[in-house]
Amino acid sequence: MSADPVALIPDVERPAQAPAPKEHVLRRLARDPLALISMVYLAIIVVVGLGAPLLAPHSPNHVDLTLTNAAPFTSEFLLGGDASGRDILSRLLWATRGTLLACVVVLVVSTVVGVVGGLLAGYFQGRAETVASWVSDAIMALPGIVLLIALYTVIGPSIITAMAVFGLLIAPSNFRLVRAVVAGMRNELYVDAAKVSGLPDWRIIFRHVLLAVRAPIIIQSGFVLAAGIGIQAGLEFLGLGDPRTPSWGGILQQSFTTIYLNRGAVVAPALLVCFTTLAFVLLANALRDVLQSGSRHRPLTSRQLAAARASVVTPEAEPGPADDALLTVRSLRIGYPDGAGGVRQVVSGVGLSVRRGEIHGLVGESGSGKSQTAFAVLGLLPKDAIVLGGSVLFDGADLLADRDAARAARGARIAYVPQEPMSNLDPTITIGRQLTAGLRAVRRLSKREAREHLLRLLGRVGIADPETVFDLYPHQISGGMAQRVLITGAIAGDPDLIVADEPTTALDVTVQADVLELLRELRDERGLGMVLVTHDLGVVADICDTVSVMHDGEIVECQPVRALFTSPREPYTRELLSSALDPEEMP
Amino acid sequence: MIVYTLRRLGSALLLTAVVTCATFLLIFRDGPSIARAILGEQATQETVDARAVELGLDQPVFSQYWQWLRDLSGGSLGHSFFTGEDVTSMLATRVPVTLIITGVVVLLMGLISVLVGTAAAVKGGWIDRVLQFFAVLGSAVPAFIVAVLLVLTVAVGWGLLPATGYVQPERDLGGWARSLVLPVLAILIGSVGSAAQQFRGAVSDILQQDFVRTLRSRGIGEGRIVFGHVLRSAAAPGLTILGLQTIGMLGGVVLIERVFALPGIGDLAVEMALRADIPVVMGCVLFAVLVVVVVNLVTDVVGAWLNPKVRIS
Repeated sequence: MSADPVALIPDVERPAQAPAPKEHVLRRLARDPLALISMVYLAIIVVVGLGAPLLAPHSPNHVDLTLTNAAPFTSEFLLGGDASGRDILSRLLWATRGTLLACVVVLVVSTVVGVVGGLLAGYFQGRAETVASWVSDAIMALPGIVLLIALYTVIGPSIITAMAVFGLLIAPSNFRLVRAVVAGMRNELYVDAAKVSGLPDWRIIFRHVLLAVRAPIIIQSGFVLAAGIGIQAGLEFLGLGDPRTPSWGGILQQSFTTIYLNRGAVVAPALLVCFTTLAFVLLANALRDVLQSGSRHRPLTSRQLAAARASVVTPEAEPGPADDALLTVRSLRIGYPDGAGGVRQVVSGVGLSVRRGEIHGLVGESGSGKSQTAFAVLGLLPKDAIVLGGSVLFDGADLLADRDAARAARGARIAYVPQEPMSNLDPTITIGRQLTAGLRAVRRLSKREAREHLLRLLGRVGIADPETVFDLYPHQISGGMAQRVLITGAIAGDPDLIVADEPTTALDVTVQADVLELLRELRDERGLGMVLVTHDLGVVADICDTVSVMHDGEIVECQPVRALFTSPREPYTRELLSSALDPEEMP
Repeated sequence: MIVYTLRRLGSALLLTAVVTCATFLLIFRDGPSIARAILGEQATQETVDARAVELGLDQPVFSQYWQWLRDLSGGSLGHSFFTGEDVTSMLATRVPVTLIITGVVVLLMGLISVLVGTAAAVKGGWIDRVLQFFAVLGSAVPAFIVAVLLVLTVAVGWGLLPATGYVQPERDLGGWARSLVLPVLAILIGSVGSAAQQFRGAVSDILQQDFVRTLRSRGIGEGRIVFGHVLRSAAAPGLTILGLQTIGMLGGVVLIERVFALPGIGDLAVEMALRADIPVVMGCVLFAVLVVVVVNLVTDVVGAWLNPKVRIS
């Protein structure tokens, strides 16, 4: 804790998933070697602290002047003697009791004050909560050790009182946790239900909140104790502890002042403090992994990956791409780690083909794998996605196998129109700058040429005042305008193929029609091929030439749009049509 | 933007006022016992009472606080109980030492965090694992323990650098720099790991945002995306991380100054606390609170300025 512990305590403010049963947690902890070592080490510290009178070879104040500044491992003073001729080992053993006591004090004060304060503030809310939160924030902002030094003038050399004050100073971390949980729970139904059934309020709070915050508080306690031991040793090292009783920090300080006379003497107290704080932090980290592990996915090992790839059946020789095909996807399979060493397939053998000037719709419900297919075509799958097989043929190259070809194609020949216009613009730079960056990445143009080109295109996609919009930041324009900007970005490099992922879903209905119209016009002007991912059959009917229907990672049916709507072959397609479309709206 | 800055400024002043007031009331609460602490157990009650009157400790604590505020408005923080020296001028000789150590550490920490944090977020792999290891280690081991171990090995063991002591820069610039290496290193080792790891988190959050994918789709190279776009967005969270770490470091700096016998504010505070020279301790507290408040203010205002949504509206 180089750093002030109050500021450093990591945020465990996620009132996590229900904690697993207790013995289960311990067993899982024991499987983590670092956690196991930490637990054993801390258990030894506790035993040593409690058993010091029996275990220590000497009393802490036993003096043998012949062993003054004795080096470690050279005399009956195993870890050496201090400047007054006392046994460092015995003093450390006795000092452990002070550390244990301080730990208990810090833990009790910080937990009781934090939890009770959080319960009250979260439950009563209103002005009390505002004040409590302000105080809590103020305390969090302060360098705790400076205040403890100042308070030494009031409390004197009593390390236990100082540690109680430290417990107060660190209580806000628990306070914030509990308050957030209570505030969230207040509004939840089962509290209301319990109210109706006539339970007194405090019981509701205790039962539900304490259960919910138990796991994060246990984890937090590890960090609090590590910080507390560091602070305690620090205060004692500064000479602000009780000089009459041995303490880890005090022994370290005494050894440090004689470091030139007896080098080895600082090693034991320094490492003792070091290992103890480390043990608490490691244990807390391990506990967090065990108690809140829901979100963590381990990446697959290379062997697991090979096994997953081998399990995929490679299709027999497929027909080559049609002569006039711009893009041909064959047997595409994509998966993600399932968290248990296997792979969950989200795209299972998808094939489709797009001609120049064709708008190919890819429809299906969410989770059917249509967006994943689109990203695979763009070569922009998320990092943890695993391509299990298949090919994306574009202009003679397999973009899945040939990363360079994929890179060269992106922006220049294959472009992307995203779903959510606002989140797809870099919020920190102007529209002009981000469009220019994209254009100049694929075309050798001067800044001025790029600007002129882009202004023309912005005008073309229906932006009334391109010059002004060019210098605006994304948050200054509307969603519809942002989508036009993104379309400009897509067509700027003069691509042959556009992959549009739900390009109208986030827009107002009136704007939707305009954007679809724009896409159609651009297709006509430039002979673009287009893959249009959508769940909206209205959009499909409006603009697509061909439609592939996706379900559970597979394409179940592919037909020209009119044929699909009039004579769907698959039951799933019929289901989709009947659930989504009014008969009159069909083309 | 101006309104925001003024609001933050007001809240900073309020925090300073509340904390210094609370501290003052706490440590000046019991005037007679302060006088007793100054004179020692042997002093007679009469001399103690006389000293209390002389130092104004017989006054009610609120009127002492009022006096302190009035002195403060005149630029004075009172006088030492022992030497009678002006607290302001005592602080003035100490502040530069503390600020230089802190400043160098913050600078290096910022630089290393951005480099390592970005590399870990973009490349992942072993850099990421090494960083995680150091983050845990650094945040777990107190800085002063690191300092003691550094003195033991680098200074006493290998004799590479001076163990303790401070050299005035105007006397020997090289010696001054050498006297700062170990202190800076000790604080840095403790804080840079977690700072870099937090920055790594900020960068990898941004890397997962939609706009990064869209920029990639335009054919912009990965390097340009990281340096031209991602780091720009990471500047605001990065600043917050740096601010928090800077404040967090202050406690470590106090201890480090004692380990290396550097004549900074922390050293002064401890020395004066042990002697019950309360006006000087109060001055040190004010300094620490001001550092916290100023760092927070700068982080907030610059962070807001970095965000076009706040800047342009």
